[in-house]
Amino acid sequence: MQNNRTALCRPCDGREATMIEVNRQGEVWIYAEQEGGKLSDVPMELLSKGRELADRLHVPLSAVLLGDQVEDLAGQLIHLGADKVYLAQDPLLAHYQTTSYTKVICDLITLHKPQICLFGATPLGRDLAPTVASFMKCGLTADCTDLQIGDHTDVQTKEHLSNLLHQIRPAFGGNIIATIVNPHRWPQMATVREGVMRMSVPDTRRTGQTIQCAVNLAGMTLPVEVLDSKRQPKKVNLKGARIIVAGGAGVGSRDNFRQLWDLANVLGGAVGGSRAAVDLGYVDHDHQIGQTGTTVRPALYIACGISGAVQHRAGMQESAKILAINMDKDAPIFGVAHYGIVGDLNEVVPKMIKTIRSGANIEQAAHAATP
Amino acid sequence: MTSREQLGATNVGYNCVVCIKQVPDTKRITGQAMKEDGTVNRAALPAIFNPEDLNALEAALEVRDRHGGTVTVVTMGLPAACEILRESLFRGADQAALITDRRAAASDTLATSYILSCAVRKLKPDLVFCGRQAIDGDTAQVGPQLAEKIGFTLVTYLESLSLKGRKAKVRRNIGNGYEIVSARLPVLFTVMETANHPRPMAMKKTLKAKKARAPLEIAKAVDAAMTSATPEAKADEVKRRCAELAGQGLLISQWNLDDLQADLAWCGGAGSPTKVNRVQSIVLAGGAYKEFPATDAGVNQLMGELIEDHTIG
Repeated sequence: MQNNRTALCRPCDGREATMIEVNRQGEVWIYAEQEGGKLSDVPMELLSKGRELADRLHVPLSAVLLGDQVEDLAGQLIHLGADKVYLAQDPLLAHYQTTSYTKVICDLITLHKPQICLFGATPLGRDLAPTVASFMKCGLTADCTDLQIGDHTDVQTKEHLSNLLHQIRPAFGGNIIATIVNPHRWPQMATVREGVMRMSVPDTRRTGQTIQCAVNLAGMTLPVEVLDSKRQPKKVNLKGARIIVAGGAGVGSRDNFRQLWDLANVLGGAVGGSRAAVDLGYVDHDHQIGQTGTTVRPALYIACGISGAVQHRAGMQESAKILAINMDKDAPIFGVAHYGIVGDLNEVVPKMIKTIRSGANIEQAAHAATP
Repeated sequence: MTSREQLGATNVGYNCVVCIKQVPDTKRITGQAMKEDGTVNRAALPAIFNPEDLNALEAALEVRDRHGGTVTVVTMGLPAACEILRESLFRGADQAALITDRRAAASDTLATSYILSCAVRKLKPDLVFCGRQAIDGDTAQVGPQLAEKIGFTLVTYLESLSLKGRKAKVRRNIGNGYEIVSARLPVLFTVMETANHPRPMAMKKTLKAKKARAPLEIAKAVDAAMTSATPEAKADEVKRRCAELAGQGLLISQWNLDDLQADLAWCGGAGSPTKVNRVQSIVLAGGAYKEFPATDAGVNQLMGELIEDHTIG
């Protein structure tokens, strides 16, 4: 169905038009971001979501791994859910560069015609994915918080298509949630927000295929040279946390703050604090969330005794789910919350810990909650 | 306004293009901008200069102030977007151009970057500056895609910049640290809000440039002023006023897709591979959250819901 358009197109950049045709048998691909020979968390999240999508479509899930001397990571990716790993290695790929990585990935896409390509919405992914999509002349949806397989009917042509990638993302400053599809110009590409998808759990019994890919970068001089770089690994991993339990001035003391640590522990989450809590010495500065601290967007943000000043909300309001616990029913934090408990957090938090520790209650409650 | 031709040679400083966007102020949603059902009334939001585009403009102005050259701002949008073009002139930009065409409506990032690429090619810059992302879509895609389309070296997340000959040395913010890179010109930068403090509007420049207009704005003013005149008389008046402004260097360039020789297959809805399947408004009105009582039963029920929708567990 793309033939008509392809014939009409003149390449807008003087190069060959590189679009691929719609390939319903195409694989689901995830880009395996690595740094210094170590996988980041994002590919693990992409593999868990990618697995769901690939199973739904009955196609293989593949990871695309670029670098130099990174073959050891291929096995890890298979353990994490990949059926295949496309491994492209070259000294020129030792460090991420837009030009070389785009070239290799576009060559692979052109050759194998995947139907879906997912990237992490990391600084690197948001540099690489748009460049790849521009070269392939396909669609790209940024910063998705969910991905599903679904149908689409074109408003104008009434054309109905099934099994498309529904790319779900907040837009307009988080005031709307849009579902985007890419019906005709494939691959269907998306970047996926960090920390929102569940991480896949490695299964060392899983087997898969590693495909060594020819890298054709001969004669390419890279336009960018990295002179120096410094990465400061954060002692506190707030950005990567799926769940954050945060406290504000309302917590009352550093002692009371311990309960938040306990709650974070049972939930497998991290602890954060508002600027007020940091200034009062309840929690260290590394944990500060907000405009002057870390911006987070976890799957669940539990705000305990935080009134919700604009500066704090700016650092957390993009969280997928927000639970506010506050004595003051008029606290602005309730304005961005999805769930709220008006009450004393020193009573509520221990109750939450107790509930989670006794899984049976939750099962019952879950059924009670869904009529 | 100094045109590139008037400057004579390309080796005098750097010719910079800054791509800017007028956006609804999504960060300042007040009660007035809310509809009764608690969703946002987008039309009621004030239109502003996209914040990081101001940082992009400042970065370009600093280059020109240090090395010479020109700064041209370009935007795509309705004639109302001339507001931010004028604001750029008040802050020190040399020239401004508006891309406006009904056929460009419904462009996604790919189509937008294609249309911008046609305009940027026309301007033959050494350096292009874009804000990292716009606050309405937050995609951060147009900058990288424009770089790919015009074949410029892409350097994202600029925090500081120094230039020597055909090399740019840039400090990039890579999230968990920084990177210092050397990039070969021509380069397209995406600029972070942490890069600089945008200069205020200069009084003298404001007084001069406040009369700057694009032809469509002039036509609208003529329509309003000469209600009973014939179309020919109006057209003549528009032509006269445009020539007058051009003489003063105050005519904002205005291009449609034909002026840009853009291939319509790549523009607007037709050129956009992504389509909206569905839009849900987030209800932000007070009391919109689901309240649970602070009792054992309430907490149980809440945790149950969070497990049910896979938020926890």
